[in-house]
This record gives sequence, C-alpha cells and structure tokens, in this order.
Amino acid sequence: MAAGTPGVNSDIKAIPEAEASPRLEWRVARVVAVRDETTRARTLVLDVPHWPGHRAGQHVDVRLVAEDGYQAQRSYSIASPPEDATVALTVERLDDGEVSPYLVGELRPGDGLEVRGPIGGYFVWQVAAGGPLLLVGGGSGIVPLMAMLRHHGRADASARATVPVRVLYSARTLEDMIYHVELEQLAAPPLLDVVLTFTRNAPPGWTGYRRRIDRAMLEAVSWSPSAGPHAYVCGPTPFVESVATLLVELGHAPSLVWTERFGPTG
Amino acid sequence: MQTEEMRLDGNAAGGILRDVFTHEMTAALATCAGCGALGPVGALLEYGHRMGIVLRCPQCDTPVLRIVILPGHFRLDCSGLLRLTIPTKP
Repeated sequence: MAAGTPGVNSDIKAIPEAEASPRLEWRVARVVAVRDETTRARTLVLDVPHWPGHRAGQHVDVRLVAEDGYQAQRSYSIASPPEDATVALTVERLDDGEVSPYLVGELRPGDGLEVRGPIGGYFVWQVAAGGPLLLVGGGSGIVPLMAMLRHHGRADASARATVPVRVLYSARTLEDMIYHVELEQLAAPPLLDVVLTFTRNAPPGWTGYRRRIDRAMLEAVSWSPSAGPHAYVCGPTPFVESVATLLVELGHAPSLVWTERFGPTG
Repeated sequence: MQTEEMRLDGNAAGGILRDVFTHEMTAALATCAGCGALGPVGALLEYGHRMGIVLRCPQCDTPVLRIVILPGHFRLDCSGLLRLTIPTKP
C-alpha cells in the first residue's frame, strides 16, 4: 500500500481536492484514430475533452445508447501512458457482445463516443512506486500492462534504470497476440525482458514456451520473492486466479500481487 | 448480463462505486464480515447483473457489498462488510 503520511500532517487544514469533481461525468470523446492490432482487436485513440489525466492501469467506462434509449455500458482498460495527450483503448471483439463489435467494427475517426473516467486506484502503477516490475498478461489482459510498460518507457533513463521489468504474456497464437511487434521493439534485456508463450499454435520456428503459464515458467521468469517484485496480473478470471495463486505459493507477498480479471464467467 | 465483456472484479465496479461514494473506491480497504479478510475493494470478486453489482470476498465468498440501482436511488446492502477505509488522496 502507499506509504503512510509521516508524523506531522500539514494536509489536514486544506483537504486536497485531488478529485475536485468527485462525481464522474460522462464526456463525449472524439475518435481521432483507429488502429487494428489483431484481426479481433482494435485500438481507438480518443480525444477526451477536459481529460484530467490518468495513471497506468486505470480504465474508462464506455456507454452506448440506442435510439430507443437502451443503454449498454462496459469497462475498457487504457492502453496509453499518462504522458500522452490522447487516451487509447484497445478493445477485443467478442462476437456475441453488445458493445465490442460496434467499437471494433463500426467506429470511425471523427465519431463521438461517451466515456467517463479515469477509474481505479488499485490496479495502478507508476515509476515512482518502484519495482522490479513483473507484468503477467493473458490475452487482452495485456492492455493495462501495456500502459504501465509505455509509462516505464517514457520515464527518464535514470528513473527507468532503477525499475527492471519482466513481461510474461500468454496468447493462443501469434495472430491473437496484441502489440507483439511493439513488445519485441521494447524488449531490451536485462532492463526489460519480454517472454511470450503460445497456448495453441506457436509461430514456425518458435523455440520459446508453448504452454499455459505454470509454476515452473513463473519461477523461471520472475525474480525471487526476496527481490520483492511488484507483480501485476491481468487476464481472464481463471488465468488470474491461477497465476496469482502460483505467485503466492512461490513465496511472493500477496500485498505485492495486484490482480485484474476479465470475463467470461466461470 | 454475464457477457464475456464484463470485467469480473472490483476494479470494474469502480464507476458505480464512484457514483455511490463519490470517491475513488477500488483502493479502499474492506474487511469482510464473514472471515475478517482485509483487502482492497478492487480485489473483491464482482458479479454483475442487470440491477447492480455484488462484490464477494475472494477468501470466503461472503457478499461484502451489494449495490442495487433503482430509479432515483441506490440501495446498498453492507451486511457482509465489517469496515471500509477510504483513502482521500489518490
């Protein structure tokens, strides 16, 4: 948890209105660009009026309103770092979904989209929080981790050098792997290691992991618990349950394992 | 409404919680009345439904917080919640 406020608390007089407008307002964002990440996932770059800024790991709520007034609302992680002026969401299309087919298939640059946020203060990381940083993602669970990784990449070299990062990313196939080109470009061992595993089909000539993340893989990729890595785990519910449980079994402190689960329901 | 798009933990409930409490709540610490487990609201398990949300304890499955959204008001059932510590700074 965050460091406690030391002894004398000079903040008491002026309660800092960090959230000056605590009620979250819906705002109409404008789509400034769209970018296909995979055949099923697309990044929407949004210009959000009066965006207050965000922290890596936070999300926004997106609301679609049909002509008859029917509303559908979903949460999507922010993929862009706090340093960007725009807000990027990467959305994976689920064919039976109400919202994602529209966002991935229909929305065009210039269109408006109702959003509110940023939301979340638990699954967040910033360079000042330190590390080492272990990011474990399954499928589209890589999205909020990517915001952390991009934020790390924007920090000045001396700050970055104090926080080594290891990414362990599991996807079914290379075609399902969001950001894999950028991940390969970002990789710069030993400061930033990217380890991929394919659970269904690995690309031709692949010599790396080709199985679900298990205890041996986590032990090989992660730092030892004594190094006190900050572990962020995001993905489908069973993936997160499994990885978080394994990390704790390996001796990592539960308070240093942050989790975020995506559907489907069990 | 259990579509695959629903994010199933307390982080996704951040928007509704913010409506109810007018504070960022996922980093708030909740103590479960069922088993005494203490943890961030963001780590509770969320079960969404048409009428609102249920946040359950990941240790013992007790419904820690239930929020029902009704026309004109929210209804909270906090019987599974022993204590809630809400940070006033992000």
